[in-house]
Amino acid sequence: MNAEIKNIRQGEDDYLLKVEDVTMKFPGVLALDKVSLYVKAGTVHALMGENGAGKSTLMKILFGINKPNEGEIIFKGRKLEINGIHDALTNGISMIQQELSPIKEMTVAENIFLGREKMKGILVKAKEIEKDTEKLLKELNIEGIRPDQKMKELSTARMQLVEIAKAVSYNADLLIMDEPTSAITEREVEHLFEIIKDLKKRGIAIIYITHKMDEVFCIADEVTVLRDGKFIDTKPISKITKNALIELMVGREIGNIYVKTESKPGDVMISVRNFSKKGQFNNINFDVRSGEIFGLAGLVGAGRSEAMMSVFGANRPDTGEVFIKGKKIRVRSPKDAIKSGMAMLTEDRKAAGLFPMLDVKDNIVIANLEAFVKLFLIQHKEIEKCCKCEIDKLSIKTPSIFQEVQFLSGGNQQKVLVSRWLQTSPDVLIMDEPTRGIDVGAKAEIHRLMSDFAASGKAVIMISSELPEIIGMSDRVLVMHEGEQMAILNRDELSQERILAYAAGEKV
Amino acid sequence: MEIKGKDKRDIAAELFKKYAIVLVLILLIMILSLLSPQFLKIGNIKNILRQISVVTIMSFGVNFVIITAGIDLGLGSYVALASVVSAIIAKAGHPVVFALLAALGIGLLIGMINGAIISGCRIPPFIVTLGMTQITRGAALLITNGKPVSLLGDGYTFFGKGNFLGIPMPVVIMLLVFVISSIKLNNMKFGKYTKAIGGNETAAKISGINTGLYKFYAYAFAGLCCGIAAIVLTGRIDSGQPGLAIGYELDAIAAAVVGGTGLNGGIGTMWGAFVGSLIIGSLNTGLNLLNVSSYWQQVCKGMIIIIAIILDERKNRVKA
Repeated sequence: MNAEIKNIRQGEDDYLLKVEDVTMKFPGVLALDKVSLYVKAGTVHALMGENGAGKSTLMKILFGINKPNEGEIIFKGRKLEINGIHDALTNGISMIQQELSPIKEMTVAENIFLGREKMKGILVKAKEIEKDTEKLLKELNIEGIRPDQKMKELSTARMQLVEIAKAVSYNADLLIMDEPTSAITEREVEHLFEIIKDLKKRGIAIIYITHKMDEVFCIADEVTVLRDGKFIDTKPISKITKNALIELMVGREIGNIYVKTESKPGDVMISVRNFSKKGQFNNINFDVRSGEIFGLAGLVGAGRSEAMMSVFGANRPDTGEVFIKGKKIRVRSPKDAIKSGMAMLTEDRKAAGLFPMLDVKDNIVIANLEAFVKLFLIQHKEIEKCCKCEIDKLSIKTPSIFQEVQFLSGGNQQKVLVSRWLQTSPDVLIMDEPTRGIDVGAKAEIHRLMSDFAASGKAVIMISSELPEIIGMSDRVLVMHEGEQMAILNRDELSQERILAYAAGEKV
Repeated sequence: MEIKGKDKRDIAAELFKKYAIVLVLILLIMILSLLSPQFLKIGNIKNILRQISVVTIMSFGVNFVIITAGIDLGLGSYVALASVVSAIIAKAGHPVVFALLAALGIGLLIGMINGAIISGCRIPPFIVTLGMTQITRGAALLITNGKPVSLLGDGYTFFGKGNFLGIPMPVVIMLLVFVISSIKLNNMKFGKYTKAIGGNETAAKISGINTGLYKFYAYAFAGLCCGIAAIVLTGRIDSGQPGLAIGYELDAIAAAVVGGTGLNGGIGTMWGAFVGSLIIGSLNTGLNLLNVSSYWQQVCKGMIIIIAIILDERKNRVKA
């Protein structure tokens, strides 16, 4: 199939970007195996595939971060060797990365124009840069962000908008967006799509990497699927269905995406009463029963993560009580929470979850290390046995349990974290955005784990900004708006409109 | 992406990266023994081991601190203070055991104070330990009025000049500290938790690790190692002096870093610190045998440290 498409396309000359037979090898891993990609100017070309399929690797090659072992890149009609990010930018290729890395202590303006500041002799023209930033934000209709604000003051959603503005400001011919909507809400997604349509009109090509089907069918003109480092197919969006697309990605038939086993709620596992913290959340009250998956919905910035971090002992509240199985517990630190039977999968695995230079096995057992200590000594063999079992159980793709976890794909890293928390045998599992930045296959697996866990007589609290996930997985949903608890909805009351309304602060 | 078993080339590359410093040591020894036939004589080897013992003991201790992404710039001064207190007690005629316990106690106490301030007050370790250097050095000068306290008796000097089964006591003690530190790093919670704290402190807290407590332990252990080093040093020169061990902290840190302990924390081994110290020590002794001036030796040492850090950064850089 690869060869057919190549033959047809090699003849056509109006491709802005031609990637031909690119191969990329890492130690122990063939990340890309003769992959080709053809993108026309003025179109949105979606790139899809499971985690580990090679999408990010391919984009890193285009953006100059990696050099391919084999293959050619032809951009704007010329063969191109991209040596580094600066090279990519000067040649007209810009990229918004999946993991945001803003310089927190610098302002929005400084971040956007980093490396290309306007100078007057040796002095930076700060005021002009701020003016340019304001113009840029205005052009893109981005509100609520001042050029002189420090990045650390912004929410994750706003940081992502700044990244988008920055990438656009390079006036690139090819704009790569790697999961640009992972941390922003529906309203901002619409905004982004308007920006994208505008860019298309200007003749800019956009490669759009995402796991979100709805977005692909909304904004993309063509879609390319990669699997296990190999090119599978390219199709115009008008000529493919969602299910067909998923099958191309995973290579097998997918039934219902959300694996939800019906469960009978039992006794109350956890009760949260009067949780308040000035400026973050106010008077949060809810119960979760055994067997239940309790969803926490709301716009980014609603205070859900802060509230649950508080319950978990990582964010001291002004007031609040937690009861586990009817008993009041004092939670002054995550250690107390873990001892009482809680576990928490945090929102940002890079910042607050993984130990990047430690290996898979250390990352898995770290929260439960004491269980493997006899007479002060760590029982290494037992840990290895346990971890080998875990990676099989959760289908974690890794060359071995001794692999440094930073080399795993996002989905597998997330599974390592799930494994870590299941090790602590919790009664209540709190998951904050459990499937962010994860492919369909791994997502389904994590949902299954969630369901199984709840069904075994435990409770799950799931924070999610993805409405289909909230509606598909939750037994009941608490919707928050700017720190306030708006409503608790039962499963039969759930609808996108109702949840969004509450999330936006409207009282239905 | 295909995950196949690593092929032979990848395994070789990984082993090379991991044990590169051992190769460097072997290479260095080969070069030096070619340049100077005295180098590989047993007497010389014993000499090297004896010479590096004080600094190496200190580096085993500070290794934990660096792994937590902290630093301790005061180690030499702690040795001095432990040395003078210990010497005064020995000189006053008390049983040697008390003098030894005093050295350990002072080292441990200083370490605990460091740990308490750094964990509790969230002040950068750089500043806290810099201050402690001055305080402890000053205290040592005050206690002794600036004068050495010498002639402490055979009971004490045994630990610096004596032999055990043919091995010099400093080396015996160094090996003992090595074994204990290795066990702590590789086989106890303490080691894993310090690596976690250095690798990602936020994630460590969320995982239920009492980060403040384990940082405290790390600094306390570093202090204790200084106390042990003080015993060896004082025993060897038969004198407790306020001006001892000036600059030793940099050597101790250098040994750890050359051995692969990254200054950003999260990564490091005890055998690496040992090999790092051997590399620096061999170089020093070798250059001595070749009659190279000690000024040149200092330049050499500095170059090795810089090269080691550059290579270390490239090896251990966390993927962007």
